[in-house]
Order: sequence, then structure tokens, then C-alpha cells
Amino acid sequence: MSGSAEANPYIIVEGLKKYFPTKAGMLHAVDGVSFSVMKGETLGLVGESGCGKSTLGRCLIRLLPSTSGSVLLLDEKSGEYTDVTKVGKSTMKALRKRVQIVFQDPYSCLNPRLSVWELIAEPLIVNGMYPDKNGMKARIRELMSIVGLAERLENSYPHELDGGRRQRIGIARSLALNPEFIVLDEPVSALDVCIQAQILNLLNDLQSEFHYTYVFISHNLSVVKHVSDRIAVMYLGKIVELCGYKELFAHPSHPYTQALLSAIPVAKLDARHDRIILEGDVPSPVEPPEVCRFMGRCHYANDACGGISPELEEFLPAHFVACHRAGNF
Amino acid sequence: MAGSTESARPPGRAKRGPAMEVFFRLKKSPLAMFGLVVLLALVFVAIFADVIAPYSYSKQNLAHMFESSSKQFLLGTDEFGRDILSRLIYGARISLQVGFIAVSIALLAGGMLGAIAGYYGGWIDNAIMRVMDVLLSIPQTLLAIAIAAALGPGLFNLMIAVGVSDAPNYARIVRSSVLSIREMEFIEAAHAVGSSDLRIILKHIIPNSMAPIIVQATLGVAFAILNAAGLSFIGLGIQPPYPEWGAMLSGGRQYIRDYPHLTLYPGLSIMITILALNFLGDGLRDALDPKLKR
Amino acid sequence: MENSAHGGNDLLLDIQGLTIHYVTDSGTVHAVENLNLRVGRGETLGFVGETGAGKTTAALGIMRLIPSPPGVIKSGRIIFDGNDLLEKSEHEMRSIRGAKIAMIFQDPMTSLNPVMTVDKQIAEMIRLHRNVSDAESMRLAGDMLELVGIRRERMHDYPHQFSGGMKQRVVIAIALACDPGLLIADEPTTALDVTIQAQVLELMKKLKRTFDASMILITHDLGIVADICDKVAIMYAGRVVEYAGKRELFTNPVHPYTIGLFNSVPDLDEDVERLAVIPGLMPDPMDLPTGCAFHPRCAFALPECSKDSPDTVDVGDGHSVACAPRAAELAAGKGAGK
Repeated sequence: MSGSAEANPYIIVEGLKKYFPTKAGMLHAVDGVSFSVMKGETLGLVGESGCGKSTLGRCLIRLLPSTSGSVLLLDEKSGEYTDVTKVGKSTMKALRKRVQIVFQDPYSCLNPRLSVWELIAEPLIVNGMYPDKNGMKARIRELMSIVGLAERLENSYPHELDGGRRQRIGIARSLALNPEFIVLDEPVSALDVCIQAQILNLLNDLQSEFHYTYVFISHNLSVVKHVSDRIAVMYLGKIVELCGYKELFAHPSHPYTQALLSAIPVAKLDARHDRIILEGDVPSPVEPPEVCRFMGRCHYANDACGGISPELEEFLPAHFVACHRAGNF
Repeated sequence: MAGSTESARPPGRAKRGPAMEVFFRLKKSPLAMFGLVVLLALVFVAIFADVIAPYSYSKQNLAHMFESSSKQFLLGTDEFGRDILSRLIYGARISLQVGFIAVSIALLAGGMLGAIAGYYGGWIDNAIMRVMDVLLSIPQTLLAIAIAAALGPGLFNLMIAVGVSDAPNYARIVRSSVLSIREMEFIEAAHAVGSSDLRIILKHIIPNSMAPIIVQATLGVAFAILNAAGLSFIGLGIQPPYPEWGAMLSGGRQYIRDYPHLTLYPGLSIMITILALNFLGDGLRDALDPKLKR
Repeated sequence: MENSAHGGNDLLLDIQGLTIHYVTDSGTVHAVENLNLRVGRGETLGFVGETGAGKTTAALGIMRLIPSPPGVIKSGRIIFDGNDLLEKSEHEMRSIRGAKIAMIFQDPMTSLNPVMTVDKQIAEMIRLHRNVSDAESMRLAGDMLELVGIRRERMHDYPHQFSGGMKQRVVIAIALACDPGLLIADEPTTALDVTIQAQVLELMKKLKRTFDASMILITHDLGIVADICDKVAIMYAGRVVEYAGKRELFTNPVHPYTIGLFNSVPDLDEDVERLAVIPGLMPDPMDLPTGCAFHPRCAFALPECSKDSPDTVDVGDGHSVACAPRAAELAAGKGAGK
């Protein structure tokens, strides 16, 4: 799946940075991130709260302006790339149809005063997609059936529905404009396991039917492994490891990834391989020093780590790691 | 272009919208329902005052001065022999008018300023809100007196005085609710599907910031009526012979020892109206609070 | 574990037929229905179920902290250490809460008082239940903080100066300050990141041994159960549908809901395109289906499942299940495993 040579990547992210000014200084939410995603691929983005994964997701579709760097989006017809971070307002409005997002919290991402019908109609209305009523009606019905919402719910309001159904509304809204690329920002984190499984299956079915390209953001590694082709692990605004999902679980090579994997509670008896317990908390992302961000908590840190911040390098074929001591512990 | 296909809603069965939901929850509070019924009755009386009132509000009858309750004059007569009941009925018209129109002025002026301050933020926000702070630092009744004195007496000036002095309160409430709604995820979701700023303000921010404003406005009507009564009482509001309740109270005060009913009935009218509005406002506050659902 | 037989003395908590309803204007919520549960001394019971299954209500019921109205404890007995908690006066309960039964809530951000230093919050708990001087209680508070891995220098800090994981450590210190016999932890790590969750779970395991306390761990995460529990109770729509030792439950789940729950979790070791899902939704607790509450979603449902509420049947080894067809199948000796 990963990076076949003949095809051009659908998205190329290069040196993307997003800083927020705070009273204490610049908060480096995303700090120089580069990767690419192929058409129809799912890239998992994992990391703990505050690592910048949601900010990165929002920069990819320009819900947030980036500080620097570029996000190149392939136009398949012309074969040319557009830089999402730099286009003008009107081009962006057209691009909105191609890039969409599904939000984490199905309780707060839906306007409580709009009915299911109005919520799904909104993207169609604001983009003037269906000037005739019947066309719009047919499209809304179609979207509802695609995401598995019963027609009788069309006049319901979000507060009358459970989390799973609300998330289906959120998905229907993002599909309404026939996008090519969807950022899924923790789409199942607020849901119970049974509902979570239903939604994961839905997302999977949609991808096989419509060939969407996904960036799937989550803190839950088992979920990310289930949906992703490749996985990027983020720590404090940087990608520390990026490779195929099997490779990541078989040969985690960054010390942080190793700790993260060993910390997952596994619903199996005797599954406990040696658990690595990290000491302390994630340091502050405000004006971080330009050394390896993980150094302070790393079991393997030594003098070699004191220098400049390590770059993401191809450690094994198609397996990128940002660690001075990778494979050398 | 946005509004053209807005009515594409299917002709399904009518479901309980948020407004109905609020009414159903309001119905559960007996005090709020009492307030609502009293208020509706007052509005009815005010509208049909000409039909309901047994006498004209200004017709003097010096043969029947200071009479207490009787079959002919249910609540007695005042110092000019005018029927107190009829004057109270016409007074309801003026008081409610003052209350609602003054609040509308306050809401429009304050709400607009607050919305602008909240949505744009930065120096605009700072400039508007500091002016509001200055106005809020003057006791509100004093401010109303000052404005009323500057404008001169009269019904319309009274409304302006009461409304303008109340505007900063609405500016603050609207601003804070716009600020909190602006940060909600569904606003971001609306941006994500390409909604324009105007649509976001009209369709998402305003409808969701209404709840605290409705509550404040309901309580505000009570306050405005009270404030107007106060101004009339000190002679800055409605002039005789118009039967504003505060003015009636003021007119009756010299006879309070001998003929307390001159002040008792207008006082009671004010009290019941304020109480009804406050009950309704409290009930609405609870009914509109999504946290109290279920 | 060695005390799976539950003979008289090693039983700390015995809940019998507990039923808790919330009576509201729009109907009665059957939050907990005829709940039977036992916790032995030194045992950790995992209490598993989805949102709305009644886990938290049951826990608050044990603490007698059900908000009333609308909550009503309709019937049942909660025998703790030989006494029925439901017969205690509010005054007696106050001396039990915190001292003998302590609770840890899900969100460490809101369960600490933001304007009080953490040592004072722990000392307050100690002084409330033990007859010690102020200075002594502060010294003990410092000890407790060290025990949960917070340096003594930080004891005069305010909650906002700690991270989420550290705050949860403080909450644990408060809960254990009076050496309670039973600790009820309601989703103690749900609000935390995985690496921090691992730290806190490790700490809880260690402290449970140190204090020799029993614990009820409420969670929706079977992974956490696999990690630290001895016994597991699976709750669905206000009832315990399956109860067994951890090993037994993980190797031989019987109730269709339990099996469905296991299958819903993506497996780290296997690759599957689609997850097996339980169709449908949790029933509305105001309007439960007749008979077995799970039958509308159940793949094994028989016609009689919609009529009678299933009894809890012991299928051996302290493993009990509330599913008539599956229990019968097992009794007939053919139902091994899934």
C-alpha cells in the first residue's frame, strides 16, 4: 500500500508548522511535519493529547491557517498540485468540496437548533449544489441511506439521538459534497465500543465504495491499527515514527512508540509483554528547546541525544524514525 | 444565493422543535405558568381596554370623590372622582407598552453593540465594552433620570430613557454568549462545509445565543415597568391625566392616610405584574437551560 | 483466586436484589434492576458495561449517594462487612463514606477543590475520620502523597499546578487516606492518556496490595479488566448479565452480549476487514423490552426470550449467567466456548 513508485501521492505535506502565540511565548503545536498520503490510503495519526494531531488535521484542510510549510493537493484531472495553505478565498471555497472533516465530539459539532434534514442540507445549500428542491431532497435521502440513518429521523433534532446516530449525521455532512479527502478527527472516541465498531465498519465500507483518502486521527492505537494502512506517531508537534501498520506493531523503533504500544491495555489474558512505564508528563510545547523532544522521558537517552533535534529518516525501507539512536539501543 | 433553497424542508409530520420543547418544559413549572397566564391576561386587558373599562380614564366626577369600593365603582374613585379600575385598565396599556418597547430599545441597541463586540473582538470589542462599563458604573435609575430630565417628560421619552439606561446590560449578555457560541465546534463544522460569515452569524450564532437574552429580556420588562413607574412617580414620566401606574401611585400619595386605596391598587398592579414577569423569567431560565434537561 | 468459594467471612460486600429507579415526569428510568453482586476481601471486581448500563448508579447506590429526587432505591440489601447499608442512618453513612468505602471519580479535574492546596485536602479527609492533631494529619498527608509518587515538596501546591495524571494520583491519595476496606473507582483512567493511564493503573495495582483493600473498578475497557481485575461483572441495561472470574470470563464467555462486546474491540494481533458488531442500540432504560432486555439484539434469541426475564444460573466455578438458552446449552454439555 505504501508509496508505490509509479503513482503520485494525493497529498504532500512539507515542513508544515503551526504556532500559536501565548502569553508565555510561541506554542509549537505542529513543528515541521512532512509526509504524503496516496489516493485511497488511510494514514493513521496517533499521539497523546496536546501532541498537535488535531491541529495538524485542521491545517491540512485549512480550518486553521498554517504558520509555514505547504500542503499540496493533487488535482487528478490535470495532474497538478495546489497548495491548500496559500490559495485565495474563492479557490478555497471550491477546494472545500474536495477536503472535508469529521469531528470528534458528535455532541458539540452539530448545531442543536437544526434538524437532521437541515444539518445535512447545509453543505448543499451553502455551496449551491442543488438549485432544484427535488434534486436536493433526493440527495439528502441518498446521504441518509449511505450512512445508515432511517428516513423517519429527518425531522429529529440532535439531542433526541444517541452518539452513534449523531456521528452518522456528521459523516453525512462531510460526504455531502463528494469529497476526495476526509480528515477523521477522533471520530469514534466519544462512542461506546459497540457503537464504535458500527461506525468503524461504516467508514471502512465508505472508503471501499468511494475511494476516499483518509487521515484518521486518534489516541486509540487499536482503533488506528484497525483502520490504517500506514501510521504516523506524533510527539510534541513532530512525527517521531512513520511506517506501515504491521511494521509499526512488529518493529516499533522509536522509544516513544515502544512505550506507547506497551501501554495499550489489551483485552486478553497474559497479553502483558514487558510494559514500559514512562516517567513524568509530556513537557510543555511552549518554546521547546531544539533538541530531541522526548529526551527527558527516554530510557535510552545519552550524550548523543543532546544535539540538534533528530530528523525523520528512513531507518528501514519505508520505515521512518526520528531518533539519534534508532536501532542502536 | 444562500436563502433561495432554504425552504427545501420535507413536508414530514411536525416534530417537536426546540421552541415546543421549551414550552413543554415550561409547562411543568406552576409558577412560570402562573406568570404566563397573568401576563397574557394583562396583554388582553391592555389591548381591549376600550371595551373592558367601565368608564373613561379621564372622566371626572366630583360628586363621587374618594369613594371606596362599591357596585358602581369596583375599586373606588380617586381625588377627581375618576374610576380607579378603569384607570388601572388603561394604565396596563401604558405600563406594558413602556415595558416592552423600552426593552426592545435596550435589546436592539445593546444587543447589536454586544454582538459586534463579541464577533469581531480586538479593539472594537475593547472600545464598545469600555463605554458600556462607564455607563454601567452610573446607577441605572440615576442614568434614566438624567436622560429623562434631558429629554423632557412624555411617554416616548420615558421609553427611551428606560431603554437606553438598560442597554449596557444586554450588550454584556449578548457579547458573552456570542463569545462562547463562537468557540463551539459546530461553528467550525459550518466553516468546514464552506458557510459564509453572514450565514454563520444568522443561522448558527444568533439562534443559539437567544436563551439567556430571552430570560434577561423577560426580567428586563419587569425592571423597565418598575423604572418607568419610578420616573413617573417623581414627575419625569407620564403626565396627568394619563393613568400610568407609577403616576397614579404618585398622585395618591398625599391622600395615603385617609384614602389608602388610591395608592394600594396601583401598587398591587405593579407588584403582580412584576411578580408574574419574574416567575416567567425564572421558569424560562430553567426551561432554556439544556443542562437541566431530563 | 483462592477465595472464589465465598465462604462467610471472606465476603466484604454482598449486594442482593438491588433495584434503583429514577422517577421523572416523563417516566421511570430502570437504572439498576435486581442486581446481585459479591466482592470478597482483597478482591478486585471489574464492573463492565456501556454508557447507561447502570454501573455508576449501582456504585452511587452502594455509597448511598443516589441523588433523590429523582433517584429511589426500591428494594434490595447491601451487606457491607456484615451490616446492611440500606438500614443505616444518614449520620452513620457519613462515617462510613471515606473511612470504610471510598470512591474515585472519573474526572480528576473536577473532583478536587481548586482553591485548597492538595495536602490540606488530604488532611481534611484524615481529620474527618480519625482523631489526630492538625500537625499529625498534615504529616500523614505528606506520607500519602509520597506513597502515590508525588514528591513531598509539592504538597503545598494547588490542583491546577498538577497535570491530569498527577491530579488523579492526588485523588487516589485522598481516597486511600483513611485505609478504606472498599475502594470504588469509577472509570479512574478514562480521562487520561494511555501512557499516563499505564502509570496510574500500575500505581493502583501496587497500592491495592499495600493497603489490602477490595476494589470495584468501573470501566468500559476490557483491556483494563484483563490487566488488574480478579472477577468481572458484565452489566447490560441495569442487570448483571454475566459474572465470573477473569480467567473464566476471558476464556469462556457465555452470554451473547459478553461475546459481542469482546468482538467489538479491534484486535491488535489479528487483521480483520470488518469488526463483528452487535446490531442496534442499547434500549431506552425508560422503556425496556419485555423478557430479556438484550433479546432484540441477540443472535441466539429464542421466542421465549421476549417473554420471561432470565434467571441468573450458575454454570459452575462461580460463573453465573443470565441467559436461559445459553445456560441450558451449557448444561446439556455441548456449549464449550463461542
